[in-house]
Amino acid sequence: MADTNYDVIIIGSGPGGYVTAIRSAQLGLKTAIVEREHLGGICLNWGCIPTKALLRSAEILDHANHAKSFGLTLEGTMKADVKDVVARSRGVSARLNGGVGFLMKKNKIDVIWGEAKLTKPGEVSVGKTSKPIVEPQNPIPKGVKGEGTYTAKHIIVATGARPRALPGIEPDGKLIWTYFEAMKPAKMPKSLVVMGSGAIGIEFASFYRSMGVEVTVVELMANVMPVEDEEISKFARKALEKRGLKIITEAKVTKVEKAANSITAHVETKDGKVSQITADHLISAVGVQGNIENIGLEALGVKTDRGCVVIDEYGRTNVPGIYAIGDVAGPPMLAHKAEHEGVICIEKIAGVPGVHAMDHRKIPGCTYCNPQVASVGLTEAKAKEQGRDIRVGRYMFNANGKAIALGEDNGMIKVIFDKKSGELLGAHMCGAEVTELIQGFVVAMNLETTEEELMHTIFPHPTLSEMMKEAVLDAYGRVLNA
Amino acid sequence: MPINITMPALSPTMEEGNLAKWLVKEGDKVSAGDVIAEIETDKATMEVEAVDEGTVGKIVVQAGTEGVKVNELIAVLLEDGEDAGAIEASGGGSSAPAKPEADKVPAVPASSPAIEVGAKAATDPLPAPKAADGGRIFSSPLARRLAQLNGLDLKALKGTGPHGRIVKRDIEAAVASGAGKAAPAAAAEAPKAAAAPALATGPSADQVLKLFDKDSYELVPHDGMRKTIAKRLTESKQTIPHFYVSVDCELDALLALRTQLNDAAAKDRDGKPAYKLSVNDMTIKALALALRDVPDANVSWTDEAMVKHKHADVGVAVSIPGGLITPIIRRAEEKPLSIISNEMKDYGKRAKERKLKPEEYQGGTTAVSNMGMMGVKNFSAVVNPPHATILAVGAGEKRPVVKDGELAVATVMSVTLSTDHRCVDGALGAELLAAFKGYIENPMSMLV
Repeated sequence: MADTNYDVIIIGSGPGGYVTAIRSAQLGLKTAIVEREHLGGICLNWGCIPTKALLRSAEILDHANHAKSFGLTLEGTMKADVKDVVARSRGVSARLNGGVGFLMKKNKIDVIWGEAKLTKPGEVSVGKTSKPIVEPQNPIPKGVKGEGTYTAKHIIVATGARPRALPGIEPDGKLIWTYFEAMKPAKMPKSLVVMGSGAIGIEFASFYRSMGVEVTVVELMANVMPVEDEEISKFARKALEKRGLKIITEAKVTKVEKAANSITAHVETKDGKVSQITADHLISAVGVQGNIENIGLEALGVKTDRGCVVIDEYGRTNVPGIYAIGDVAGPPMLAHKAEHEGVICIEKIAGVPGVHAMDHRKIPGCTYCNPQVASVGLTEAKAKEQGRDIRVGRYMFNANGKAIALGEDNGMIKVIFDKKSGELLGAHMCGAEVTELIQGFVVAMNLETTEEELMHTIFPHPTLSEMMKEAVLDAYGRVLNA
Repeated sequence: MPINITMPALSPTMEEGNLAKWLVKEGDKVSAGDVIAEIETDKATMEVEAVDEGTVGKIVVQAGTEGVKVNELIAVLLEDGEDAGAIEASGGGSSAPAKPEADKVPAVPASSPAIEVGAKAATDPLPAPKAADGGRIFSSPLARRLAQLNGLDLKALKGTGPHGRIVKRDIEAAVASGAGKAAPAAAAEAPKAAAAPALATGPSADQVLKLFDKDSYELVPHDGMRKTIAKRLTESKQTIPHFYVSVDCELDALLALRTQLNDAAAKDRDGKPAYKLSVNDMTIKALALALRDVPDANVSWTDEAMVKHKHADVGVAVSIPGGLITPIIRRAEEKPLSIISNEMKDYGKRAKERKLKPEEYQGGTTAVSNMGMMGVKNFSAVVNPPHATILAVGAGEKRPVVKDGELAVATVMSVTLSTDHRCVDGALGAELLAAFKGYIENPMSMLV
């Protein structure tokens, strides 16, 4: 009889779940993880990672198209082969998916394959996967445990989220896509309507635009990427439009008519005017919702709210012994938030001293469109809304040596300080590689530096990062190169 | 209307106390002035008197409850004609909100400059603060700046960041709770207000207990006094660099004078003398006069300034069941021996009953710890801040001494002065002790 009793069982092996499992094992807890479809979850198989692979292909294509400005002549033409671009993206996911399997084995974490259901506190029953598997499916790792009843003192729900569907505009997998279909086009469409301009929508819009597709983005709010600082959103919008992206804001798709090989979206703007846009496909990117159904939460009385499990600052639900982390536990639905939430949760369970609740203000966000957008902390509007007396500093890419040398001189960095205490309240960026730059400010915020320490920090020359210091200096009227 | 009886503040610094004992029970009639309960604070047991008359309707906090916050509801008194139902009706059964009284909040120093950040701040960063022992206090830059803006003393705060680093949330918590206000410099209370820096902790209870068999001991929970002794003396030994100076004093002249003075004491009708001096009383007086003569040693340490006291307030360690307490003879340098002696008798009696008032044992500028009556030859005492010195007194015993090159017998008492080296250096301590020895060996000088 195989051992089916654990200290911790984690349901879902996305970035939140598998990282929590590793930390759990590191803390000496006997750990199992249940997965029904693919190790690594959406992030690694259908989200963060494969889209970055697609966008890399797009970026190289963009560079090639500008080869002449770098003094390079391309003999013949550079063109994207959809099949190979998608195959590379799938290959990247497959490699990392295998990597998660290796990590589970290395940390002696049992992988239980199937669909989990909480039957009673401390007990999980694992049955056959009933959800239709999204193809292509990575092979099921060897040596996994199968269906059965498993027990654990602590059960962590990390079931993630799935695309939200608007009534009447439900994705059909053929004409109306979600990110699943958008990630593996069989052939390159000529035109697309992207509904929603959050990170997912705008990244696909940017990718397909680079691939030469006519793309129209429809956004309900006043600005694209509505969670970002307004100034950055407007800056990004201008840059995206310069690349030929059509963007309609304060508008909604009221109806989608389907023809044999095209859709016609009815787009109603704020003033009540309705226009019709015909395209090959519509990508529905109106957000994601937590996977809270069919895992036995209702029967056990686990509290949920607006499609997410309600947790306290340490991932505890209202039912002792049941925890939730990541997307299923509420926004922001980001992989790095899930990972950190999981680590806090399991460390609290293990009684690690000095565990503190996550500071939601210090969760960075990155969008990998061209140009990239990255941010952490309060936007200018939010800071003012909170009644903060602030100082704002800005620096433009067109005054930075490295940016000009790279041929990436369109971008900006904006920082927001509390006037009185010098606390760094927020940092917002748009431009080349800003998704790699933002971490400097995240570290600064986490170490609670004030403007002084940032001004005393030596930034290497020539780098894009120098702009971060210049933006800080600008906030205090001391900018050097502007 | 039922009358709420709340936990009284027995001293300005009291935040909580233990409800030691109820002297009334529900249904008892009380009138104003009746003692209804005993409250145990860190060092004393105090009586709580009823301020109104009525019937005890409900005892909310049971006897033996520890850590009852000041202003918390402890009982409800019913007026004539009211029954217990009135308690519920008036909402009296629930805990009254603890309202901090404005005059009990320590004042923020007026000089708490708002920092104008920018060019100046950038060239003049806030220095990392030092702990009382000169060690570094780990704190985030933002925490340092917020502490300055809020007039907080980082030394008084406990960090919850990595490795005990003081971070923003600790400052926010301190601001919310009113803890850690920076002490006004040079105020006599300063050493008390500035709480201890993060102290190293000893082994945990579990670590200690697992060294012994389960049934080989019994556990006696600490009372307030035991906790205070542990806290203050640990703090003292961790923050005060102790320095010790010893000297032998010949007592024969003092003993002779004592006999003479005691014989001369006026007697009342019952034949009870007006005073009966002890060697200890004379030791107190000698130390007080020595401090008057060597005023540089009559000091207290604060990080900002030397607190130079104008009078010698001498604490006297009194051993009592379960611990000790140090009542203070104020202005001992001005008081005749008879007064010192009678004050000590009163203090000693009330100390044993744990009935001293906080103002009778808080403060002081030095202390005497006498174990002579227990036959101890010599020992070193632990400085009790805000004192800078403490004199450990051994037994007076006949010892061979050399006088004019000849062996002789004298009554000799060894004393050891412990000093806080931050404010009383070795030579200064020696000077103080020489002055003390002068009074002990020439005791007539204490009378003029």
